Amino acid sequence: MTRDPAHLLPSADPVQLIDVEGKRVRDDVRIPEATDLVRAYGALVLGRRFNEQAYALVRQGRLAVYPSSTGQEACQIAAAHVLDDGDWLFPTYRDAVAMVARGVDPVETLTLLRGDWHCGYDPYRHRVATQATPLATQLPHAVGVALAAKLRSEPTVALAMCGDGATSEGDFAEALNFAAVFAVPVVFFVQNNEYAISVPLSRQTAAPSLAHRGIGFGIPGQRVDGNDVAALLTVLGDAVARARAGEGPQLVEAHTYRVQAHTNADDDGRYRSADEVSAWAPRDPLLRLATYLRASGLLDDAAQVAFDTEAERVAAALRASSPAAPDPARLFAHVFAEPTPQLREQAALVRDELSREVEV
Amino acid sequence: MEKVTMAGAINRALRDAMAVDSSVVVFGEDVGALGGVFRVTDGLAAEFGSERCFDTPLAESGIVGMAVGMAMNGFRPVVEMQFDAFAYPAFEQIVSHVAKMRNRTAGAVTLPIVLRIPYGGGIGGVEHHCDSSEAYYAHTPGLEVYAPSSAADAYELMRAALRRSDPVVFLEPKKLYWTSEEVAFSSLSSSSLSSPSAAALSSSPSAAAVASSPLAGASVAGAAVAASPLAGASVAGAAVAGASVAGAEPGRAVVRRAGTDVTLIAYGPSVGVCLSAASVAFLEGRSLEVVDMRTLVPFDDETVCASVARTGRAVVVAEAAGFGGVAAEIAARVSERCFTALAAPVRRVTGFDIPYPPPAYESFHLPSVDRVLDAVDDLQWEDA
Repeated sequence: MTRDPAHLLPSADPVQLIDVEGKRVRDDVRIPEATDLVRAYGALVLGRRFNEQAYALVRQGRLAVYPSSTGQEACQIAAAHVLDDGDWLFPTYRDAVAMVARGVDPVETLTLLRGDWHCGYDPYRHRVATQATPLATQLPHAVGVALAAKLRSEPTVALAMCGDGATSEGDFAEALNFAAVFAVPVVFFVQNNEYAISVPLSRQTAAPSLAHRGIGFGIPGQRVDGNDVAALLTVLGDAVARARAGEGPQLVEAHTYRVQAHTNADDDGRYRSADEVSAWAPRDPLLRLATYLRASGLLDDAAQVAFDTEAERVAAALRASSPAAPDPARLFAHVFAEPTPQLREQAALVRDELSREVEV
Repeated sequence: MEKVTMAGAINRALRDAMAVDSSVVVFGEDVGALGGVFRVTDGLAAEFGSERCFDTPLAESGIVGMAVGMAMNGFRPVVEMQFDAFAYPAFEQIVSHVAKMRNRTAGAVTLPIVLRIPYGGGIGGVEHHCDSSEAYYAHTPGLEVYAPSSAADAYELMRAALRRSDPVVFLEPKKLYWTSEEVAFSSLSSSSLSSPSAAALSSSPSAAAVASSPLAGASVAGAAVAASPLAGASVAGAAVAGASVAGAEPGRAVVRRAGTDVTLIAYGPSVGVCLSAASVAFLEGRSLEVVDMRTLVPFDDETVCASVARTGRAVVVAEAAGFGGVAAEIAARVSERCFTALAAPVRRVTGFDIPYPPPAYESFHLPSVDRVLDAVDDLQWEDA
């Protein structure tokens, strides 16, 4: 049986609703409500400040590492804002800002990166899965969560995030295929930021776009300007709505750019030019939305100050936080429901060593 | 009492668990209409419907990854990896997520997943179908690893696995799938869910003694045991300690046969080989005790050490390649814990450090009764 794949094809160009000048374009596509745009703007301001503060904490040696989403905040905010409370978000290591936008405590979000052994938050509280480091491995989890919900006839949608590099992984293909075969409500959201550490997109795929990769799985793909939060809210929101309505999985590719190095440990000067990076500055997601909101009379100085104040409050909380004192006993507590006899012996060994250190 | 194969016992355990626990779902490759290539899931789709037992696309990482998500969201998935070596594409999911989720969420997210893996050799299988992959899983913190040696144990350990909140790698010895034994299924279904020991099962006296696979005729390795003129005697002779074996539960090894001179330590497919060896040794005047680990994680040091303390000698028997394997771990533990009781170095009888050989070579590779007895002979008896 063959079906005309035309309905699965993404648009020729990424959907854009607010251009780099901050002007409304594409009148044929619905733009989000003003309140949603203003709320998104506040979250963008907070997200940018979060990224900057986390990066600073790395330079001070207070975070082990931070994969920044500076420049990609529109994707982060939209991913969180299009979901209902009962939905699930599956973030990667670069998606801390999306987690914060979803409601996870900003300090808890950085628990692992601050050097603790656990993720720092209860994934069930805000329905935010643990940040996945192994690429694309969280995508099949999202499929499972969605299938479980579907079997119970719950309206849950799972939104699973990944980057352009992760689309080359086997788990990306397996997750899309399973999701399509079982017709589960998952939105696969690819942030195409042009680089997988040092390797450009041209080395990840020869497909016309990453959104086109859905066709082979029978999944509709869509492309969106990843620095236009209005377009992201509309495109991702529509994808979530279709998934929730029983139309099966959706694939959305956002075209964005990783403005900073992969992490603080990366030297991006070795694989891209400063000119290339600076060319993205005018396309900044905050700048663009601020211009649009100002011109539309939706944002004034007082509102800006309020957003900045809230962002500074969160930044101060990040600065004030410090890792818990290491308690080696806890390392043995959650390997199994009940520690095995061997783990109990090893925990006792550590306790014994520590008690003798105190005596010296 | 009822005659049942190990495949049948596992099937029954799944059915009984599904009947009383609607969160149990079974999926994998060919587990639906076909009932699995070994028929372990036979009839489950028909009885419980295609939402409780279903086929997936052919992608092991996707299967295990989807199980992670379903377990996160209220289900208790039982997934089948069709053969031992077919599980390797899922290795990243198993090691990086299944095993670690509880720890990395400080106990907030638990993954009660049972990963069923038909494993081991002795069935005349071709490459990629006969691996003993237990070391990979036992080496990974956060995974429980079970390896039953009898139909009764397989039933009870599967029921136990389906009550655990931690993931269980359930290793099913392929060469024992069709071995029949008498099992007393006296009080099944709902009553057996309540407590681990309430499964109301007991092995028949000769249960575990049937070492040779029903496929022995077709399999070189099986023939190595079955062709022994003493094979018949082994069935009767092994029926010692097994007579009143208590219900299997995780972390509790069992003395399958009592002895005074040497402790043979084994699990899964090697237990039968050890019992046969013990029977032969008995006729030669040596009394071998056989300890069946039943589960590798949790590991029962206590039963092993108590046995070695009594006998003063130990041989560990396993099909897997010896280097860096579970047998090496057991030998090390015995050496560390029972050193003063040992009259001889701990010996291992394992598969060789080679890729699993083709059918015509299996008998050279797999631990045989003769190799076990040779190892026993080598335990410095002159000093005794």
